[in-house]
Amino acid sequence: MPAPAHDRRPDPDALLASFQREEKRARRGSLKIFFGMCPGVGKTYAMLRAAQQEQKDGTDFLVGIVETHGRAETETLLAGLPVLPRKQIDYRGIQVTEMDLDALLARQPRPRLVLVDEFAHTNAEGSRHPKRYQDVVELLDAGIDIFTTLNVQHVESRADAVRQITGATVHETVPDSVFELADQIELIDLTPEALRERLAEGKVYLADRARAAADGFFKDTHLTALRELALRFVAERVEKRLRELRATSPLKTVWRSGERLLVAIGPSPSSLQLVRWTRRMAAAQGASWIAVSVESSRALLPEDRRRREQNLALASELGAEIVITHDENIAAALVRVALQNNATQIVVGQSRNPRWLDFVRGGNLVDRLLRISGPIDIYVVPAERLAEKPGLRIDWQAAFHAPAREYCDVLTTVGVLTVVSWFIVPYTGYLSVGLLYLLAVIVLSLRVGRWPVLAAGVLSALTWNFLFIPPLFTFVISKFEDGMMFATYFIVALVSGQLTGRFRAQARHERLREARATALFHLTQALSAARTLDDAVFAALRQADDIFGAKTALLIADNDTLTAHFAGSFTVTEKERAVAEWAWRHRKKAGRFTDTLPSSEGFHLPLVRDDTAHGVLVISVPPDTPLTLAQRELAESFATQLALVLEREQLRAVGEREKLLAESDKLHRALLDGVSHELKTPLAVLGAAAETFATADAPTRENPAGEIRTATRRLTRLVTNPLDQTRLESGVLKPHLDWSDAHDLVNAALDGVREALVSHPLETAVPADMPLFRADAALMEQVIANLLLNAALHTPSGTPIFLAAGVDTARARVFFTVADRGPGLPAAMRERLFQKFQRGDAARAGGLGLGLSIIRGFVVAQGGEVVAGENPGGGAVFTIYLPFTAHSNVPTE
Amino acid sequence: MPPAASTAPVEILIIDDEIQIRRLLRITLEAGGYRVREAENASLGLNEAAVQRPDAIILDLSLPDMSGLDVLRRLREWSHTPVLILSVQGDETAKIAALDAGADDYLTKPFDGGELLARVRVLLRRARPAGEVSIATFGDVQVDFTRRTVTKAGADVHLTVKEYALLRLLLQHRGKVVTHRQLLRDIWGPGHEEDTHYLRVHMANLRKKIEAIAEQPAFLKTESGIGYRFTDAG
Repeated sequence: MPAPAHDRRPDPDALLASFQREEKRARRGSLKIFFGMCPGVGKTYAMLRAAQQEQKDGTDFLVGIVETHGRAETETLLAGLPVLPRKQIDYRGIQVTEMDLDALLARQPRPRLVLVDEFAHTNAEGSRHPKRYQDVVELLDAGIDIFTTLNVQHVESRADAVRQITGATVHETVPDSVFELADQIELIDLTPEALRERLAEGKVYLADRARAAADGFFKDTHLTALRELALRFVAERVEKRLRELRATSPLKTVWRSGERLLVAIGPSPSSLQLVRWTRRMAAAQGASWIAVSVESSRALLPEDRRRREQNLALASELGAEIVITHDENIAAALVRVALQNNATQIVVGQSRNPRWLDFVRGGNLVDRLLRISGPIDIYVVPAERLAEKPGLRIDWQAAFHAPAREYCDVLTTVGVLTVVSWFIVPYTGYLSVGLLYLLAVIVLSLRVGRWPVLAAGVLSALTWNFLFIPPLFTFVISKFEDGMMFATYFIVALVSGQLTGRFRAQARHERLREARATALFHLTQALSAARTLDDAVFAALRQADDIFGAKTALLIADNDTLTAHFAGSFTVTEKERAVAEWAWRHRKKAGRFTDTLPSSEGFHLPLVRDDTAHGVLVISVPPDTPLTLAQRELAESFATQLALVLEREQLRAVGEREKLLAESDKLHRALLDGVSHELKTPLAVLGAAAETFATADAPTRENPAGEIRTATRRLTRLVTNPLDQTRLESGVLKPHLDWSDAHDLVNAALDGVREALVSHPLETAVPADMPLFRADAALMEQVIANLLLNAALHTPSGTPIFLAAGVDTARARVFFTVADRGPGLPAAMRERLFQKFQRGDAARAGGLGLGLSIIRGFVVAQGGEVVAGENPGGGAVFTIYLPFTAHSNVPTE
Repeated sequence: MPPAASTAPVEILIIDDEIQIRRLLRITLEAGGYRVREAENASLGLNEAAVQRPDAIILDLSLPDMSGLDVLRRLREWSHTPVLILSVQGDETAKIAALDAGADDYLTKPFDGGELLARVRVLLRRARPAGEVSIATFGDVQVDFTRRTVTKAGADVHLTVKEYALLRLLLQHRGKVVTHRQLLRDIWGPGHEEDTHYLRVHMANLRKKIEAIAEQPAFLKTESGIGYRFTDAG
């Protein structure tokens, strides 16, 4: 029966299967952490044992990196396991080895499971990621399962606790958010006694750099405390998992407790503790949390600014939502943000300002918060005394950084005023001179910075005192009223200086905000005005250059490559391209100011829309001028805008392509239609003439007119089939379902093909009482006729053909079966049978191979299906199923 | 067989844009003893029909200037000349529309010359009423319209009212197709035009009572997707 000729069309099922395989590969790998309280409990050993088990189970795995520290037990286990060769890195003349991430990812086929020891390890400089856990995350993203080891002291949120227990500061930490990725945690527990025994037996080897901490670590009390910490940590996690499982609410965002914590973060190092404390509280309550930083007009020292951003980064890493707000009143700002975000608890650090400063500021932060917080709970977390100098710190640098011109203005104004006053003082008296000075200070405060104003206040006060307040030419004030005057003057001058400074800062801040808004506005304006993509990119990049004072580049994704747009002012080197590529593939920021390849020159922002990265925006600023947080936010807004533009462009291109395809399809159909129509008329004439002659002059079949008739009928079918195929494919075919009688259908079908079936005895079996069913009579007749023709065409003459019909009430369907005693259908080709242009092997088979494809199309259009199978006694069976529903009662009268 | 024996030759108008089809029809019809006129488009055809008053019209459904259906509607405004529709295979909707719009029968291309002549004969017979027939006979069946009785091989056949109505209607249009719609409206009344299953069930019962082999009817033929035709031509 019909067999594949040459199959050029991809098999849809095979395609689907390959997509599913792709999808499986694209799934995230699972992470298993072997967790312990301290070094030496046997995590690596346990991990290798587990790996051996996997090896027995036949899992394809690889040892990414495992430190044996020369321990015999571990080395024995490692022997016989496949190990990835390490990467040699030359670090300041010293050869260090790291896990070769690139080689691992490049390996084909990729291993299912990779062992990566020491999760918290810091990679040598020059590696792709600063931290090994980032390598692991990338491996997980690539769909590889990971086994790794970790001690409790390396968990970010427990680092403080460990330091308090052991006194040793832990530098290598893993963010809790990364820890949350673990699908499985195996706690390797050991009693402190057993551990000390192992120590004594020399079974625990410590790397040199850890030796220093060893004394602290392995004290009995410490071990007990650490063990408890580790156990509790794992227990908490288990409980959390349980809660997640138990939560039946479909809304994942609804927190069980309804609690939401807000932590205030400043530039102080103690904020780090605050962050960790809040994270622990949030985890314990099953609550979400927000970290808020309030910016005031008070300029921060660069160092403070950096620290505050570090604190925020930590909070973000620990899973907090970050909010930055601007307000002079910190307490009011915190309450405002808390209300906006439905926070139920505010966490602040204990104030360590001197009392007098708190008093001047209207009470300390906690007092002010308590006064206005209303229903919101306030938690005050005592800060540990770190090496931080409390109190009012003066930004001397800022003082000296004020422009010299402003100090010149101050000197000139005070000088001129002094000279003028010298001449008018005999007429006005020295008190009026004081008022003049005050006026000058206030006028100055409108024009110069805070520090020059303070300088003007001090200078004018001293000058006034020295030159005008008696006794003259001394700084002595003799009269009480003069003293009061002077003191009032001094305070008014200082306060007005402060006030105007604050106003100016606020104004500057407003200007900045406005500048940002304007920049975005201009960008969107430029983008919407741009007529082509090139125009848009050009406009956007020039704007970015101006705003960030940077060189920028845009890489646009096309199929599977990134292409740098010519409008970029930043030349993308091979190295930068690799970073961009990473950012694009992972849809994450990379390069400078990030954790991934921070040593690169550019800040790489993927342009993401709906999970698709359309390209990468690269911003390169000079090394000494880092982008501020606000600027980075702006850059991200830029990236979003650009992503929108690129997406629009892509959609447009897709639309264009589809239009073109549709157009060519239409043309193709019109052509086929036309050709078929043109062929049909002569065929009709030929046919009519042949029919007339054949019936008129010949009782015998073997006359020439009869041959012409047969040939004409075949030609007609040949013309009709592509037309039907076209009707099917264009969706023009709208089956007209009506109640049908199986006998009528079979009779009509047989009428058309009786002649072709002469050499095959036909046995029909249609039950006399077969009920009516819904079908399109014309389509069904053609389907049955085609199946009969097919059977006649593909089987040796003389072999019988069976046609049967019936109702399968159990499955509510009617069936029509056409069976033969021919060579049958090889199982392998049954699926392909119904595709276009499939023809039987038998050379004598005619037609374009559209027959079965049309049959399927017609049947499917009527809501049915066609199945090809093996006739039990040899030969092929085609069965058509159509849905069956009984018609409503027919009134007898 | 040919009615040419009568004084005036019967005139048939062919409206078709394909010259070859026209020629073929002319050859066949002239061989049958008819006189033939041709029109190559709808307006010429309508003109001819009005001026020459042909006895029957053969109309192609696809014409260059107007659809065959529109020609038919305009024709039916002033003429009852029998019309035979010529159409291609698979265009059931258009055929039904034409039949419901007043065409008398249809023929699918490619056609057999004998069939064409038979259809034309049926058309003309109806156009010339030969008086009310009171008894119809076919095979071994006799239908007496005045007594409303049916006998088969001499024995009485009991038909239900609807079955009898169905048989009578088809016999009235003997040799000509009657659409589902026409049958349903005439027998069951307006509002039942879509209840084709009534028709199918009653037709199956009627065939069991009338036909020799109900599954392979000799007289009550199905015109798939269109309607039924009573034929005793063979």
